[in-house]
Amino acid sequence: MPDLLDAPLLDIRGLTKNFHVASAKNGNNVLCALDRIDLHVNRGETLGLVGESGCGKSTLARTLLMLERPDAGTFRFDGIDPFSLKGKALLAWRRRVQMVFQDPFASLNARMTAGEIIAEPWMTHRDLFPTAAARAERVRELLILVGLRPSDAGKSPQEFSGGQRQRIGIARALALGPDIIVLDEPVSALDLSVQAQVLNLLNELQQRLGVAYIFISHDLSVVRHVADRVAVMYLGRIIETGTAEQVFERPRHPYTAALMSASPRLDAVEGRRQRIVLKGEMPSPLDPPSGCRFRTRCWKATEICATTAPAPTAPTGEPEHLAECHHPVQRGEDSGLLARAS
Amino acid sequence: MTTDTRPSSAAPLPTEDEVVLEVSGLDVDIRTPKGTLRAVNDVSFTALSGRTIALLGESGCGKSMTAKAIAGLLDPVASVTGGEVNLSGTDLAALTPRQRLKFAGPELGIVFQDALTALNPVYTVGTQLGEAFRIHRGLSAKAAKAKAIELMGHVGIPQPETRVDSYPHQFSGGMRQRILIAMAVALSPRLLIADEPTTALDVTVQAQIMDLLRDLRTESHMAIVLITHDLALVAEEADTVAVMYAGNVIEKGPVAAVFSEPHHPYTKGLLDSVPVGAERGDDLTSIPGSPPELHDIPRGCVYQSRCPLASELCRTTRPALQATGEGREVACHFWKELAVA
Amino acid sequence: MSPYQPDPQLPPGGRAVAPPSTEAISITRIESAPDKKISLFRLLLRDRFATVAAVVLVLVVLTAIFGPVLMGALATKQDLSATNRPPFSLADGWQFVLGSDSLGRSMLARLVVATRTTLSVAVPAVVVSLVVGSLWGVWAGYHRGLRETISMRIGDVIMSFPSLLLAVVVLYIFNPSIANIVLILAITRIPIYLRTARAESAELQSRTFVDAARTFGTAPSAIIRRHVIPVVLPTLLTLATLEFCYVMLAESSLSFLGIGIQPPDVSWGLMVAQGRQYLQSAWWLALFPGLAIVITTVAANVLAAWLRIATDPAQRWRLTLPRKRLIVRMPPKEVK
Repeated sequence: MPDLLDAPLLDIRGLTKNFHVASAKNGNNVLCALDRIDLHVNRGETLGLVGESGCGKSTLARTLLMLERPDAGTFRFDGIDPFSLKGKALLAWRRRVQMVFQDPFASLNARMTAGEIIAEPWMTHRDLFPTAAARAERVRELLILVGLRPSDAGKSPQEFSGGQRQRIGIARALALGPDIIVLDEPVSALDLSVQAQVLNLLNELQQRLGVAYIFISHDLSVVRHVADRVAVMYLGRIIETGTAEQVFERPRHPYTAALMSASPRLDAVEGRRQRIVLKGEMPSPLDPPSGCRFRTRCWKATEICATTAPAPTAPTGEPEHLAECHHPVQRGEDSGLLARAS
Repeated sequence: MTTDTRPSSAAPLPTEDEVVLEVSGLDVDIRTPKGTLRAVNDVSFTALSGRTIALLGESGCGKSMTAKAIAGLLDPVASVTGGEVNLSGTDLAALTPRQRLKFAGPELGIVFQDALTALNPVYTVGTQLGEAFRIHRGLSAKAAKAKAIELMGHVGIPQPETRVDSYPHQFSGGMRQRILIAMAVALSPRLLIADEPTTALDVTVQAQIMDLLRDLRTESHMAIVLITHDLALVAEEADTVAVMYAGNVIEKGPVAAVFSEPHHPYTKGLLDSVPVGAERGDDLTSIPGSPPELHDIPRGCVYQSRCPLASELCRTTRPALQATGEGREVACHFWKELAVA
Repeated sequence: MSPYQPDPQLPPGGRAVAPPSTEAISITRIESAPDKKISLFRLLLRDRFATVAAVVLVLVVLTAIFGPVLMGALATKQDLSATNRPPFSLADGWQFVLGSDSLGRSMLARLVVATRTTLSVAVPAVVVSLVVGSLWGVWAGYHRGLRETISMRIGDVIMSFPSLLLAVVVLYIFNPSIANIVLILAITRIPIYLRTARAESAELQSRTFVDAARTFGTAPSAIIRRHVIPVVLPTLLTLATLEFCYVMLAESSLSFLGIGIQPPDVSWGLMVAQGRQYLQSAWWLALFPGLAIVITTVAANVLAAWLRIATDPAQRWRLTLPRKRLIVRMPPKEVK
């Protein structure tokens, strides 16, 4: 029997999710939002999920929260497939995964007070804090935990700043005591100085409570700072995974390299640096390119990229650093052609 | 579509570094339920042709309002109550709205953040692009459409002949932003104001758009005023920076110098809170507290409530901008102490 | 072995969340702005129009409750020596201050007594259509799909009949009792609320905070109750006050056609209908009940408009503005 403590908390293989839409130009009416995703998250770690709009990271987040049902693949949370649960068992399982949303203004109901918002999950899970007094006490504790005051419980969201509202969102996500929190761009809508405060809070909470994070962001410097491991998504597939250091310092997939290069860097002040600028735009998920999905924008693309979808490969000595590419970027390789945007 | 290898800006910067825009002592007041408040206070900066100046600050610092004041697009509750906005010799603030119309387009172009709301959804892109030519150059609809196609090709929109009749919602975010830029530079203005042009875009698209802006700038030697909260973007794209806080400019100077050795505690705080080079698991240095509300701006230095160097002097006397080096200015009583720290 | 075997070391609910220690957390507290909480009543008093409207409505309701008790007998007492008296003279007694009708009955008394009948038709009709239409619409909009489509088509069918014609037919077949009038007026107005509630509910169910509620496993009925209805309610209440006017006038039309309120019962609508033929000679017979309808509906509308702003936390600040600041003007241009 495998040692359960070593097994990942969340283990996803071959996850696929399709949506049916009105027909596209090529007659296709199935949008493949997630295409055989393989992902795992260990207890207490932070997995950074990086990708641009249209790559499917929102769909992935929603599927993790069990708001969408996958069409194929295995989904193991602590050894159990939560999609096979029903009724009370499913309800109890929902406590273990929670979410912090991107928009601190839209994610809180303006007509409720902060205390009501934080206590809302207990309305559905009444056995956790059956009495009003117990709930009020726990709300107090959670507010202090996220750096707000107990007296803030009676205020409505408009009375808080964006950063404070995000803290309320974090408190609400903690209310059910989850094992994993999915954070969908939690600091993108916040000012820089407030970002730092909230990131510090998230870090502290993880060290105290041992909760795992799936941190979705497009801001690479933030992901670099918070993530233990990173997965890069493109058009419904995870095209590279590895530790943060591996992916950021030695990206193997050309798309990852382009992302790293395109992100403006604070320390690149002296002299303008060479940048990879990708051609064109992300293709529509309704009409993905054959073979490797990235080939239409890749400066290394060859014939094989159009015919065969690449399988994940890892360099020797780093088995967990996987990239799906026929021509992965080698260490020390010139960042390549600068393809001007057409 | 070229695939040449060259650094992001190999072309030599234009020799004409003439002053295109000079803002001096700009004040903007805004009427709110709590009374008339000053949203922009005594803001001065200069934009030179062929160069980019960034207005850097967090939300609520007044940078967008400054841009709108320059462009004449202030809300009815806000108005310019002092200072000059000198564009190539004319004071924009003293003009009537009618007189201003002549400037919008030929002299001044604006690119907004959200292209979807800045474009009219019921008109084709060709119509909107051609509008500038119809109004200012008196071209016929057909000639204006031809110009629109040319412009779309210039900013990198593929198949412009067919896409000129598409509607804004049929384009992706990056393409829409290119259209907005095309509209702004249609008449080769001398000044381009870009208000958070890439905030809503993905990072690879952002790179494309900033490259486009840089190319356009090199071609026509226009001055760019870049409004943003993204420090890394300023580091990569701007030549000079004016850092704003609570409606005031608190530091100005060349980007390289200001970012490597900030003279104002706020600038330093901002630079420290960017997660660059920090180790995983370390705390980020964050500036405690939050910016003051408009009605709560203190007498004396606007930054006093969050500044580690604040003293009695800061509480009573608001520091004026003073020169601290080549082209650098800072509004702080204790900037020398910061340089040492 | 059940698929979910909770870890016996953890308290129910999964992972233990360590209670916070008493040491101060090294995270910056941010001062939030103090906010003056004004009670709804005080807010009402600040708006003169809304206060007047509220007072008018209270008077109307009181008249409906107590009027027939005080003036019931007077309303039916015929005085054939004082028929068609014009108003505004106390020559024949205070009861004829608003004039008298062709049977010498006091207009004032009849108006007062009619209040109860009018309200007992209009208010239940509006309330029934509001409750049924809104709940149905909110449910259809939340669930979308087939439920939404079928509900909308049923609503379309009801709306495609001219409501007055439908009322006439129904009341002709069945007896024109007050209950039947209420019922038919309610049914024909349900689609109004159904469509509005559905549209708002469909938009709301895709909002982020509703998604958040789904992640806790909240049941749809709970989400509707907690998130959708409070947001949709102000719009629907505003709609209801507009409908109030329509229903009163519809009742008037029915009474004119003889299938509404039957004499000896009296309603404002019936009085207007009966007074129509005397517009040239005894104008007060139709004018005063008509005025009563207008005043009541205007008051209801004004109060509803105020309530709509007052119950929306994001808009409430508008009501705290000092009156003269409500209109903003450009300052005179400063010439340098």
